[in-house]
Amino acid sequence: MIQIVQQLAFVAAIGFTGYLVTKRATFIYKNIFLGKEEEIKGDSAKRFGNMFRLAFGQQKMFDRPLVGLMHFAVYAGFLLINIEVLEIVLDGLTGQHRIFANVIPSPTYHFIVSFFEVMALAVTVSCFIFLIRRNALKIPRFHMAEMKGWPYRDANIILYAEIILMTMLFSMNASDAVLQQMGNEHYPVVGTFVISQFLVPLFSGLSETALVAVERTAWWVHILGIFAFSVYITYSKHLHIFLAFPNTYFAKLEPKGKMENMESVTNEVKIMLGMPVENAEQGDSDEMPTFGAKDVQDLSWRNVMNAYSCTECGRCTSQCPANITGKKLSPRKVMMDVRDRAEEIGKNRDANGGTFQDDGKMLYGDYISKEELMACTSCNACAEACPINIDPLGIILEMRRYVAMEESGTPQEWNMVFQNIENNQAPWAFAASDRFKWGEELRTQETKKSASDNIKA
Amino acid sequence: MTDTNFLKVPTMAEMVEQGKHPEVLFWVGCAGSYDDRYKRVITAFVKILNEVNVNFAVLGPEESCTGDPARRAGNEFLFQMQAMQNIEVLNAYEIKKIVTACPHCFNTIKNEYPALGGNYDVVHHSEFLQGLINDGRLQVDGGQAFKGKKITFHDSCYLGRANGVYQAPRTVIEALDADLVEMKRCKKNGLCCGAGGAQMFKEPEQGNKDINIERTEEALSTGAEVVAAGCPFCMTMINDGIKNKEKEKEVQVMDLAELVAESKGL
Repeated sequence: MIQIVQQLAFVAAIGFTGYLVTKRATFIYKNIFLGKEEEIKGDSAKRFGNMFRLAFGQQKMFDRPLVGLMHFAVYAGFLLINIEVLEIVLDGLTGQHRIFANVIPSPTYHFIVSFFEVMALAVTVSCFIFLIRRNALKIPRFHMAEMKGWPYRDANIILYAEIILMTMLFSMNASDAVLQQMGNEHYPVVGTFVISQFLVPLFSGLSETALVAVERTAWWVHILGIFAFSVYITYSKHLHIFLAFPNTYFAKLEPKGKMENMESVTNEVKIMLGMPVENAEQGDSDEMPTFGAKDVQDLSWRNVMNAYSCTECGRCTSQCPANITGKKLSPRKVMMDVRDRAEEIGKNRDANGGTFQDDGKMLYGDYISKEELMACTSCNACAEACPINIDPLGIILEMRRYVAMEESGTPQEWNMVFQNIENNQAPWAFAASDRFKWGEELRTQETKKSASDNIKA
Repeated sequence: MTDTNFLKVPTMAEMVEQGKHPEVLFWVGCAGSYDDRYKRVITAFVKILNEVNVNFAVLGPEESCTGDPARRAGNEFLFQMQAMQNIEVLNAYEIKKIVTACPHCFNTIKNEYPALGGNYDVVHHSEFLQGLINDGRLQVDGGQAFKGKKITFHDSCYLGRANGVYQAPRTVIEALDADLVEMKRCKKNGLCCGAGGAQMFKEPEQGNKDINIERTEEALSTGAEVVAAGCPFCMTMINDGIKNKEKEKEVQVMDLAELVAESKGL
C-alpha cells in the first residue's frame, strides 16, 4: 500500500516538475526571441569546436587552474550523477529499488556507484570552498553593487542546495548498506560504497524501521531536491548549465574588433552620395527604420540569449578598464539588465494576451544609463574574459548607436569630432589641405643612399 | 660614390601619372598626418620603407578618416560616409595591399570595409616589419641601440584582442636584442590605455582614476626604460601618464617603427 502511495506521489512530483520547467522554458524561449533575427554566419564545424572547447571542455575556466578544476568537478559531478538520477527516477516510477543492480553485473554496478560517490565528494568539497570564496574571502567581483540582494543569495542558495543533495546521496547509500546487511529483501545486496561506507557506523545502531525511514527520507529529499533544483535554475543565473552550449555555438566567429554593418544606413548613405542603391527595400518604405537599441526588442536574439546565459561571475567586470578605475560601467550589470528587462517585457506580454503593452520603461535609461554606455573604451576585455563568449560590448555599441542617431545625445566633445570628420576629414580641427604637409616636409629630408638603391629601380 | 638622395614619399596620384603601381599602400591615418609626436613615428616608418626599397605609396591629400571614432561613438551615418568615400578612392587606384601603423585604421579597413565593398589585404606595421625581418630584407641585428635594454610592450586593444596580433610586435622587439619584459596584464589580458571607442576625444566619466594612469603605473613597475607601443592613441595616453608621473626623463614611449629606425641609425 505504502509502495503504491509512493509511486503515485512520485508520478505526481515528476509531472508537476515537468509542467513547471516546460512553462518556464517556453517563457524564456519567447523572451530570447524578443530580440531581432540575425543571420548566423560562419562555419558550423568551428561553432561545434567552440562549443566543445568552451562549454563542454570549459577551456577558459582553466585560465585560473584551481578554480577551473573545482568548477569542472561540480560540472562533471552534475553530469555523471544524472545517470544515477535516471536509476532513481526509474525506481520511483516502478516501485523497485536499485533497478540497474538487476541488469548490471554486481562488480560493475558497485564500481559505477562508487565512482559517482567520488564525484559527489568532489562536488561537496568544491561547493564548500566556493562558499568560503564567496562569503569569507570577499573577492571583490562577488560583492559589487549589482550583486546585492537576490544575485548574492542566488549564488549561495545553489551551493547550499548542492551540498544538501550530496549529503542526502551519501545518507541514502549508507543506510541502504546497513539494510542490505540486515537482509531486508527490498534492498538488493550490492555492498557498501567507497565514500558512504564511512557513514555506515552512524546508522548501524538503528532499528530496521528507523533505517527504512532514514533511507526513504534521504531518497525523497534527494530526488525532490533535484526536481526543485531543475525548476529553480530556470529562475536563476544557473541556467548557464544549459545555455552555455547554444551560447558558445552561436558566438561570433569573426574578429572581436569587427562591428556589424547597418544595412538600413547603407542605403541612405548611398542615396546621399548619389550612388546606385542595390536591392532597395520596396514594400516597407513607409516604416521609418529606428537606429540602434533602446530596448530589448531592438537587440539581436543572440544578445538576449547571452543575457540568459550569464552566470554573473563578474570576470568581465573585473577586467573592464572603466570599472577598474571606478566608473559606473560594469559589463556584468549590462548583461543582468538585459535579462531583467527581457523578463519584465515577457511578463507584460503574457499578462496582456501575448502582446506587449508599453509600460513607459526602456532598457536605455531605466536600466542602463548613458553614463555607463559612454564610459566604454570598446577594448573587448569583457568579451575576452567571458568563459562562455558572451559579448557585452555588442550591446553597449548598439545602444550607443541609439544615443547618437535617435537621441542626438552624444557628448559635446563627440559632436565636435563628428563635425571635424565631416568638414576636415579628421577628428581634429585641422585643415584637410594640410593633411599631406608631413610628406611634403619629409621629401626635403636627405637620406644617404646609393643612387642605384632607390625606389626607381 | 654615394649620392645625396631625398626621402621618397610618393602619392598614388603621382604613381599613376608615371604609370606605376606600388607593392603596398601605406595608410597614414589622422594621427600620422597631424599629431606632431606621431609624425615622428610616420617618419621613422617611411625611412625604413626607403631603406629597404619597399615600393610603396601614400594617398596623401586624398586620404581621409576611416570613420572608426564616429562608428564607435554611435554615428553609423558618418562612418559609412567616410568608409564609402575611402573605398571609392582605394578601389579607383586598384589597391590590393595596405599597411598601416594605426590599429584602429587597421581594424576598420580590414574587418569593416569588406561589407561596403572594400576588400584589401591589410596588415599592421608590426606584421609588416616582422615580414621584412623574416624575409631578410630588414636586418636589425647590427644595431646596438637597444641591446639588453629593458623594453615593455603595451598591447593595443584593436591589434591584440580585436584581431589577435600579439606576436608580431614582440618579434620586432626581440629582433633588436632588447630585454622584453612583460607587464602583468599583457596579450589577451592587456589593459586598455583608455583611448579606444572614441574615448580619445572626450573627458572620461566620473571615476576614481584615469585609465592611462592605471596602465602607466603598471608599465613603470616593470622597470623598463622604453614603453613600446604600436598605436597612436596608446602612445598619447601612455605619454600623458608618464608626464603625470614626472618620469619623462627616465622612461620613453616609442613606436615599434621608431625602435627599428633608431637601431639602424636612420
